[in-house]
Order: sequence, then C-alpha cells, then structure tokens
Amino acid sequence: MPDSTLLNLQDVTVHYGVICATEKVSFSVASGEIVTLIGANGAGKSTTLRAISGLLKPSSGTITFEGENIVGETPNVIVSKGIVHAPEGRGIFLNLSIEENLDLGAWTNPDSDSVKQQLEYVFKLFPRLLERRKQNAGTLSGGEQQMLAIGRALMAKPQLLLLDEPSLGLAPQLIELIFEIICEINKRGTTVLLVEQNAHQALEIAHRGVVLETGKVVLEGPASELKKSEAVQKAYLGG
Amino acid sequence: MVEFFQHIVNGLSLGSTYALIALGYTMVFGVLQLINFAHGDVFMLGAFIGMYTAYALALHTSPSLAALMITLLAAMAGCAIIGFLIERFAYRPLRNAPRINVLITAVGVSLFLEFSGQIIFGADPKFFPQVYQPQGDWMIAGVRLNPLQVINFTISVTLMLVLQFVVFKTRLGRALRAVSFNHELASLMGIPTNRIISLTFVLGSILAGAAGVLVALSYPKIDPLMGIMPGIKAFAAAVLGGIGNITGAVIGSFILGLAEQLIVAYGAPTYRDALAFVILILILLVKPAGIMGVHRAEKV
Repeated sequence: MPDSTLLNLQDVTVHYGVICATEKVSFSVASGEIVTLIGANGAGKSTTLRAISGLLKPSSGTITFEGENIVGETPNVIVSKGIVHAPEGRGIFLNLSIEENLDLGAWTNPDSDSVKQQLEYVFKLFPRLLERRKQNAGTLSGGEQQMLAIGRALMAKPQLLLLDEPSLGLAPQLIELIFEIICEINKRGTTVLLVEQNAHQALEIAHRGVVLETGKVVLEGPASELKKSEAVQKAYLGG
Repeated sequence: MVEFFQHIVNGLSLGSTYALIALGYTMVFGVLQLINFAHGDVFMLGAFIGMYTAYALALHTSPSLAALMITLLAAMAGCAIIGFLIERFAYRPLRNAPRINVLITAVGVSLFLEFSGQIIFGADPKFFPQVYQPQGDWMIAGVRLNPLQVINFTISVTLMLVLQFVVFKTRLGRALRAVSFNHELASLMGIPTNRIISLTFVLGSILAGAAGVLVALSYPKIDPLMGIMPGIKAFAAAVLGGIGNITGAVIGSFILGLAEQLIVAYGAPTYRDALAFVILILILLVKPAGIMGVHRAEKV
C-alpha cells in the first residue's frame, strides 16, 4: 500500500524557549496512508503537527513534502502546497457562518468548480452542516463544530490532512462517525496524519502508527502490530 | 422643534465624521488588539494632502463637487499609502513583541507624525482651500440644512456602506474577519495574515483621510496637531460602541456627535469636549465591553 513517501520528518527538534518539546523526531508518511501519531499528553504530538504546518519552526531537522524542504515556510504557503491542518480544539471561526467557514477553507483553491464540488462532497458527508449553513458557527454543538472543522479542511482539497484530536470531547457514537468519515476521506485519496490520545480507536483505522513519548519516537510500525504492543498500552495510559 | 431638528442634523453630520475615524481604530483593534494612537494623525495628514493637492491642481479657483471629489480621492490615496507604511515599518517588526511595546510604539508614531508635520508644514494653522462652496442653505420641511453638512454626511455614510460591503460581503472581508478572530487559525486556511493586516490599516487610513478633508472643508483652519482631539474622541466613540465591532463604532460615533451637538445647543457648551469622556465612563460602568461589544475570554 505505501507507494511513495509524501511527507518525511528527519530529526525534527522543536523548542519552546529553552524547553525541548520534541527531540529528533523522524518518521514518514506515504501517499495514500493513514498514519496515527499517538502518545500521552505532552508527548509532542501537537507540536509535531504544528511544526509540519509551519506554525512552529523547528530548531533543527528537516521536513520534506513531496521531496521539497518546507521548514521555514509560512503556514499559508504550506497550505497552498497541499498540507491542511485541522487544529486541536476544533478551531473554527465562531464569528462567521458555517458557509463562510467552509469558504475560507477553500482560500487556496482557485478553481470555483472544484470548490463547488468539494462543498457538495462536504455537505454529503455532513448533511447537518447543509441544514445550518447560514447559521453562525458559534451556535453549533461540539460534534457539529468538529464536523465543520473537518469539512472545512477538505475544502482545500488537501493532499495531506493533519487532524489533531478530532475525537476530543465527543460522545462515543460521534467519535465512531468521525472515524468512519476519516476512513472515507482517505479512500478518496487523501493522505491522513492523525493525532490521537484515543490510541485504540486510532489504530483501528490507521495503516501505521508512530508512538511518541516525552518528545521522542519510541515505536513505529503497522497498526495491527502496535495494537498488541506493550509500549502502546503504556503511552495510551499515560505512562 | 425646528431648531431641535437642526441640531439633530448637525449632530448626525458630526457623528458621521467621528465614525469615519472610529472605524479605523476599531478595525485595527479587531485584527491586532492594538490601539493605533497614530490614527488621529493620519486624519490630519489627510487634510494636508487634500490642501496641497487642491493648491497644486488649482482646484480652489473653480470650486465644484468634482473638485471636492478629486481632493477627497487624493487624500484617501495618500493616507492609504501612509497607513500601509505605518503598519509595515512601525508595527510589523513588533508582531511577536509584548503588547506594551507596540502600544508605546503607537504613541511614538503619533508624536513622530505630529512633529514631522510641524517641521514640514509649519506649526501655524493653514487655510484649507475652498474646493466646494455651495451657495445659501437648503430648506427641507422648515429645517435649515447647511449643504456642506449634507454633503459631509452623505459622503461619510456612503463610505461606511462601502466598508460594510467589503467587510461582510467580499472574500477579503471574510479573511479580515477570520484574521481578527484568530491569526493562527486564519493562516492555517492559507490566508496571508500579514497582507490582511496591511489591508486593515489601508482601509482605516482611507476613511481617516476622507474625514480629514471633510472636516477641513467645514472648519478650514488646519494644523499638524488638529488630529489629536478628533482622534481621542473617535477612539472614545469606538470604545463606547464596543471596540473591535464595526457597527458599534458607527453607533458610538453618532451617539457622541448628537450628544455633543445637543449639549452645545441646550446645555453647557464649555463642556463639549469633556462630554465624550463622561459618556464613555458612564457606558463603561454599565457595560464594560461597550454597546455592541461581547466579552471575549482572553485567548490562551
């Protein structure tokens, strides 16, 4: 299934001031995969995503996307290269309507036909958003906001989708729905890098997993193997 | 009664001028959480650019509505450039600096513009050329309307409507609102946040420049410190309406304009300049976020 490397991290170290958040993190994501980044709170999962999307600048290491080094590029340039990051805590524009949120998601997509197509696709995935498209995003429930966050990320037609804790704070049935939709998005050709604390569920849908512990990669492998691993149990339980 | 309506008309005219300035304060605050103290001085520069344009093109020799429009457009274009430069060279280098540094810089930019103005234009008041001189007064239902005030009001409201359209109906306006909600999030949409911030300064400065010419037209004595008082009052109006909120700035400005006009007419004209702050204090005691403002939790 992994046919070519889409994203590659090599020895990525990120500091917040003097505090080291990730240390020499290396892994790669192949085109068409779902890779999940798992680990306890503070393991450096979100930091890694933020480094990829350009919100943080690594103090050392390289991040290549389609063979091109993207370290030092601004987030908006990285988006235009095809990496879209749906940040933790949903991060939707509560002061804008649902439609406007989705429109902004398509900022880098110049082709209006393709935008229309993506919009239809998003409304098909999340009919709830269609019903409420004129409403202010602040009126949505937590689950609906998460749907909007994912839907909006899809509007850019990303090659690589970075999802940060999409299941956070959602009811179990909703989590299941969100995970199903991630699979569906992946089947349509979008590569997904998924950050989750919900390790078991993430490994259910992922092809491969990378386990982080206090800023370092401690384990990496096919999801089916990681599920059985002791280290995963440990990371999942916050050890 | 007729007299009362006249005061209302005057108040609306004054309020619309405050609104043009207040919008710049509120938009910049919206995207940067910065009180741009130099904004009143951009208003002053608008008046001076208008004056020099009028003299250069000899517009005052044939006063007309067209001459006014040319003066207005020149001031707006000039202030657009000035607003862009202020943001680019004074505020952008401090994007990640503590907020207090930016605030002090804003005061610095303000003083820089005021005293550069005194060096370049001279400290003594200049006469603003009469690029538009309507004859006589207009009577509508017994209310005497000063044509200048009507023109002033009409142009201001038109500009506000254009701004409203840009901010709420266009793609750029959507990006502007996104940036004012959260820079980081906006950048994750692929929005070039710095360019949107520049745009905000440019839009605000365009309106301030227009206000400079409109005020100078009614009060044709201009000097490099003329921006201080209207700047402070427009700022008070923006806070009154709920700073960061575009509609609030307009409402706050009209309240202030009307109140000032009425206190001059019926109360104590000497308190005119203090009134803005009295209203401000009263409103903030009752509703700290301002009339249209919503309390937003501090971002973490």
